[in-house]
Amino acid sequence: MSGLLSPGTKVRVRDDWPETRGACHIRTPHYLRGAEGVVEKHLGAFPNPEDLAFARPASRLNLYHVRFVPQAIWPDAGGEALVVELYETWLEAA
Amino acid sequence: MSEVLETPSDRLLAAVRQLLTDKGVVSREEIFERIQATDAATPAQGARMVAKAWVDPAFRARMLADGAKAAEELGIPMRGMPPLGVLEDTADEHNLVVCTLCSCYPRAVLGYPPFWFKSAAYRARAVRDPRGLLREFGTELPQAVKLRVVDSTADYRWMVLPLRPAGTEGWSEEQLAAVVREGDMIGVTFPKVS
Amino acid sequence: MHDMGGVSKFMCDAVDVEPHALSAFDREVDAIRQLLGAKKVMSVDELRRGIEAIPEPDYLRLSYYQRWIRSITDNMLAKGVFTEAELLAALEDTK
Repeated sequence: MSGLLSPGTKVRVRDDWPETRGACHIRTPHYLRGAEGVVEKHLGAFPNPEDLAFARPASRLNLYHVRFVPQAIWPDAGGEALVVELYETWLEAA
Repeated sequence: MSEVLETPSDRLLAAVRQLLTDKGVVSREEIFERIQATDAATPAQGARMVAKAWVDPAFRARMLADGAKAAEELGIPMRGMPPLGVLEDTADEHNLVVCTLCSCYPRAVLGYPPFWFKSAAYRARAVRDPRGLLREFGTELPQAVKLRVVDSTADYRWMVLPLRPAGTEGWSEEQLAAVVREGDMIGVTFPKVS
Repeated sequence: MHDMGGVSKFMCDAVDVEPHALSAFDREVDAIRQLLGAKKVMSVDELRRGIEAIPEPDYLRLSYYQRWIRSITDNMLAKGVFTEAELLAALEDTK
């Protein structure tokens, strides 16, 4: 999703698995692919690590703290909230 | 992957050090100085920040807004370090930090990450079984307190600003800093007054 | 392999909460990594990619900083900072 997302925006993490398609480096944990969460805060913009990892020119991406309900990811999960840093390219409207 | 990478690690290090210094990429002096500088960052730095936040509401607000700037106010070197975010514990909510992908850790203010923080068990369980995990550190979180787990996956480093323990009324910043341990600032334990 | 959040096979593992002192090897690898980053020779992202490329049995067998020196070496070879022939020669000197 592009454009600045405000706190409270509902988002879904893209259900994408680049690691099955060859060499890559991604900072979106496997357990969040396809999960729905809520934007908590905009954290700034940072060079895309998926490019930095290969010493490629990296564009700056918006980074967000997104909050998830752990039990929606694992039915047996403990804890009341799970908050993860995610880049805008991994988020879609939910 | 080249077979040479299977060489025992201590020999790899010796060879890499030799090649990097021969080629002028790094010098032995630089390596020595960097080790000294890294050893100098310890949990005592973060503990000073926490103690000041407990006694100085204006500093607390600045620390929550920008941890790196607040650290620099106290003379902690932050140049070249990633942004530092501060997670505020309240009576209703407790924060716990993990990096499930590697071992992102607020090194500038806490020093080297401890062994447990880098372990597979910690990285796997912190997001899924955090209360069980806390019990292994001797921490029983009341059911009424919400547990908020922060998976440090990207550009920030996170530290927890814990609650000031009861029984510390009137204490100086130095006395307060002395009761804050590394685990308290990651969220696996709470500051305790003995 | 590195992506461990919630992975079932580790869920029953106890956490070793005891302190483990770092060795001279650990400290030096850490310092070299920092210097390579500060000098823009190798980013932390490249270090991580190199660690993630370590096959699972090796990843689990190697210590934290053993993975790092392996990734650093891999990156230096890939970037041509030194060649495999130079590395093999330098390794001979360490015997």
